Amino acid sequence: MNIFTISGSPHIHGDENVRKIMYTVVYALVPAILVSLYFFGLDAVRVLLISVLACLFFEWIIQKYLIKGPITINDGSAVVAGLLLAFNIPSNIPAYIIIIGALVTIGVGKMSFGGLGKNIFNPALVGRVFMLISFPVQMTSWPVPKPLFGSDIMADAITGPTALGILKEGIGAGKTIDQIMADPNMPDYIDRLTGNMGGSLGEMSAIALLLGGIYMIIRKVIDWQVPFTIIATVFIVAGIFHLIDPQHYIDPMFHLFTGGLMLGAIYMATDMVSSPMNMTGKLIYSVGIGLITIVIRLWGAYPEGISFAILIMNAFVPLLNNSFKPKRFGVAVVKK
Amino acid sequence: MGGVHPEENKFSENAAIEMLPLPKQVIVQLGQNLGAPSKPLVKRGDMVKVGQMIGKGESFISANLHSPASGKVLKVDDAPDASGYRRPAVYIDVDGDEWVDDVDLSPGIERAIKLSRQEIIEKIKECGIVGLGGATFPTHVKLMVPDGKKAEYLLINGVECEPYLTSDHRLMLEKGEEVLIGTQILMKALEVDKAIIGIENNKSDAINHLNTLAAGYEGISVQPLKVKYPQGGEKQLIKAVLNREVPSGKLPIEVGCVVSNVGTAFAVYEAVQKNKPLIERVVTITGKAVKKPSNFMVRIGTPISQLVEAAEGLPENTGKVINGGPMMGKALTNLDVPIVKGSSGILLMKKEESLRPTSKTCIRCSKCTVVCPMGLEPFLLSKLSKLAEYERAEKQKIMDCIECGSCQYTCPSHLPLLDYLRLGKLRVGQIIRTRK
Repeated sequence: MNIFTISGSPHIHGDENVRKIMYTVVYALVPAILVSLYFFGLDAVRVLLISVLACLFFEWIIQKYLIKGPITINDGSAVVAGLLLAFNIPSNIPAYIIIIGALVTIGVGKMSFGGLGKNIFNPALVGRVFMLISFPVQMTSWPVPKPLFGSDIMADAITGPTALGILKEGIGAGKTIDQIMADPNMPDYIDRLTGNMGGSLGEMSAIALLLGGIYMIIRKVIDWQVPFTIIATVFIVAGIFHLIDPQHYIDPMFHLFTGGLMLGAIYMATDMVSSPMNMTGKLIYSVGIGLITIVIRLWGAYPEGISFAILIMNAFVPLLNNSFKPKRFGVAVVKK
Repeated sequence: MGGVHPEENKFSENAAIEMLPLPKQVIVQLGQNLGAPSKPLVKRGDMVKVGQMIGKGESFISANLHSPASGKVLKVDDAPDASGYRRPAVYIDVDGDEWVDDVDLSPGIERAIKLSRQEIIEKIKECGIVGLGGATFPTHVKLMVPDGKKAEYLLINGVECEPYLTSDHRLMLEKGEEVLIGTQILMKALEVDKAIIGIENNKSDAINHLNTLAAGYEGISVQPLKVKYPQGGEKQLIKAVLNREVPSGKLPIEVGCVVSNVGTAFAVYEAVQKNKPLIERVVTITGKAVKKPSNFMVRIGTPISQLVEAAEGLPENTGKVINGGPMMGKALTNLDVPIVKGSSGILLMKKEESLRPTSKTCIRCSKCTVVCPMGLEPFLLSKLSKLAEYERAEKQKIMDCIECGSCQYTCPSHLPLLDYLRLGKLRVGQIIRTRK
């Protein structure tokens, strides 16, 4: 007598799974990891390792002793959170701050909502913003990159402001754009493109980040519309103000390749869990992120605003999911 | 919009249709069509011939049933159907292949259509023709276009987008001319002058063959289509061929279309030109471990075990037997279930393929929304159904779901989305009916 399995259709599966998606993000981060190793050397290894291990540890301990449910630390989501957290902080930050950040990332950002898939906000950004507010000094003293094979292997602990920081300070002091750009600390175009400038670990090289982004688009892990719309919004708004007053507002290309815009637009805003679930919602969400980012950059107190922008728009996601629906088959769009 | 691309695995596409030997006993289910079951016309001990009517379709949406074998009626009793429910069936002990007199069994092709429009519909009704694509909607009902509506196109569905299945493919290759004549008959019945046969590009031999033949038939054209599941769905086919969208909750006639399967067109040819009732159909028997994946012409009522034997036996590690394709077919409990009019294939799956992986939590990736061919949100509908929020599910168009399974096929968390959607549809359907 044969015993057959009974189940509803479909009886086959497309071979996609959560682990695969998460590791696709990890692979997409590899070029940027290599760039950070090149610029920051052992410091980068230290930050990446502490952040990833701490995230895995906190996820494990919360699942085992607080939730008492299945342990799912091997699904890759904690690794992604750890890597993204590391990417968002300076390479010379003390270990204890990273561990506190990881606890907030996993504990508050993710597990307090019920774990993977339930969180409203991007966990790595929750951790990052918590650290920025709690440890403002350590979070904004950026080490100057010292390329592995560079000629000027100087002593440790050389820190300087980021390109956006120089800009913000200069504008605040009433300087014109030309005067600011003449500042010796200001990285030139090539440096901005390759990432040879002060800043967080992973936001350095736009090229490396774009490379990973293209890989994720091909693997259908992210929609190209989201990063494209965010970047386009920043570019257009910055461009309009640049045209109005070029001596007070820097050219829009500067905004694209400095700060965390690329990292945020490609890796953080596209997080499946905390972004909208239909295209109309995604576009509104992306325009919102772009607008808030550039408003903070141009007029806010902080030099950089993408983390706040993404977190603010994350809060609108449930509303966007309810308000916008995909185009239904056979339902005509009612014209008003 | 939407759609997925499962592995095709059409192992039996080059296997010519063979006649399956007559079984010792046939079990003819009385409820083989969509709508009301047929009323039995025979009783225990009656002698029947092949083609003799043994069940009558009495209500509006119902179909006649004919004996697929000659012999003695053993009993009229319940028999488990493909869903596992016990339903009334006629058991016939087979003792030969003696046909009723008025069926034309000559091998020649009858080209001239002699019957009038009304006579054609009458003949189709009499011969118990139902849609053979799987839905088994009585064909004569489909041909009676409601007042105030006008059919403009007849679409013949040769898409066969389900992986593994090849019965329609073989039929188009081997009975191409009959399919075209059947199409012409349907065109006459519907009073339309344009018919389009939609075939996916993975069946280029069938496309070429029918294209060559169609040159001799006025008004019939063949349209190659990109390969995409579930393009064989009625509404999806109309969208792909004519770019018209059937409104939510309405029938294809709303956009001037009637859709029939190639298998139905062949059955219509046999009924109208040869006076042969629907007593057999082409069934694919296939699977990764099946020794001889084949296509058989099978009498209705033949137990599936006989088909499995003809494909050189049940593979050792069979874990699941599916009536139909892997995307929409039903898993069977045993091999004694008989072939019915809607059986297009039997798929044997290996043990390792037959279990679902453990499901995880939804990661809100929205892949289910992207692949849904009806523009629905399966993640939301399954959750609403789980929470018994049926009114909200209805507002979110749960009844538009065609149960194609693309969402569950894609879900990276292996969630049983379609299981919950089916439950939701059942409950919402009940709620809608009680409102009237």
